[in-house]
Amino acid sequence: TTIMAVQFDGGVVLGADSRTSTGSYVANRVSDKIVPIHDFIWTCRSGSAADTQAVADYVKYYVDAHSMELGRLPRVRTVANLMRKICYNNKDNLMAGLIVGGWDPYEGGQVYEIPLGGTIMRQKFALGGSGSSYIYGLVDSYYREGMTREECEIFVKKSISHAMARDGSSGGVIRITTIQSTGVQRQCILGSDVCMAMRWNHDYFYHGLNQRLKDG
Amino acid sequence: MSTIGTGYDLSVTTFSPDGRVFQIEYATKAVDNSGTVIGVRCKDGVVLGVEKLISSKMLLEGSNRRIHAINRHAGMALAGLAADGRQIVTRARTEAANYLSFYGEDVPIKELSNRVAHYSHLCTLYWWLRPFGSSSIIGGYDMDGPQLYTIDPSGVAYRYYGAAIGKGRQAAKTEIEKLRLAQMTCREGVMAVAKIIYGVHDEAKDKSFELEMSWVCDESNREHQRIPTDLLMEAKAMARDAQEDDLDAF
Repeated sequence: TTIMAVQFDGGVVLGADSRTSTGSYVANRVSDKIVPIHDFIWTCRSGSAADTQAVADYVKYYVDAHSMELGRLPRVRTVANLMRKICYNNKDNLMAGLIVGGWDPYEGGQVYEIPLGGTIMRQKFALGGSGSSYIYGLVDSYYREGMTREECEIFVKKSISHAMARDGSSGGVIRITTIQSTGVQRQCILGSDVCMAMRWNHDYFYHGLNQRLKDG
Repeated sequence: MSTIGTGYDLSVTTFSPDGRVFQIEYATKAVDNSGTVIGVRCKDGVVLGVEKLISSKMLLEGSNRRIHAINRHAGMALAGLAADGRQIVTRARTEAANYLSFYGEDVPIKELSNRVAHYSHLCTLYWWLRPFGSSSIIGGYDMDGPQLYTIDPSGVAYRYYGAAIGKGRQAAKTEIEKLRLAQMTCREGVMAVAKIIYGVHDEAKDKSFELEMSWVCDESNREHQRIPTDLLMEAKAMARDAQEDDLDAF
């Protein structure tokens, strides 16, 4: 699995591959690893599929009741807190690496990473899954502060396609979910377009960077 | 005086033929016999004030507190049986702490009041429990601004601009209604509350009393705290003068 989330001004971009494997057998080559917890808060799942589905379902249930009682949209921080409570208190029995990404009207776009032990870390971008280890270098060199929504999407597509190329447990299609105050959009990058994404819009990317360096 | 519920008032799980639960009403009487407690919601915060009747000259000043902090942003003032009130405060504190631990944000005041009301109501459902003999006024400041709630022994929570419970509540409510709370700052609210409490205190019937006040407002950085000593002195002095002026008027 490779999962990723990036925050930008006004929202977040979540991305994931689509391979679920049992050993070397690919059980599902088009799985959806990005699940909605609330209208503007989604989660990327990695680790045991059963464990992460169970945790996500619990949190969805709690957040539903919570936001109903509050009478307003829940905070991304709240969802992340609930996730990590469950992950931490059951750390002996779970194998779940989660990334919570979403938008709320109080703090804007946020990304929280909850790795295996149940730590919670707010970050500008987060990586997870077995494929993430192959792209840390790529991500560190390509990431810049203040990227726009389009730049973030390209960044995520590029990174995940590179991870899918090198990690045996990652593959299939790239699923992207972009969350903003205006709404949520889902994309799917298939087949040969995944290879293209590795070289995708190189110029656009560097053009943006050069422009920023010029503008100072 | 109100009616006596002959036979239907023995248990909190019994309704009377006209649909009343007398035990709850009797519990409310315990509140009505205690010192007055007032809360006002001004434009930038909430002020709570308590007329703490002193039963003995030997009591240390400042002991037997009737206003308690629930969390940073909310405080609770109690009327009625002191021990029952203490229990409610402990429960409110636990609820606030649990909410923060669970949801990662401060409990909204509305939610806190609902939880306290739920707890009070719980004790009216079972024959082996008795209703709490105390009402509380919760004053707090959260994302939706300053808020004031009252919870009574029957387990209902109401949100108010200005509220009064206890002995002098009728007179206090009349005074509060005269205030223009939406335009008042908390500093002015402190003076008003002090004046009202001194006004409703019945010198003839009750012995001396101690004024206990707290606020949560912009000036206190949205934190619930006791009124700063100098402001409290000033309020007490003004209230005492106002009383004397009223007496002179006669």
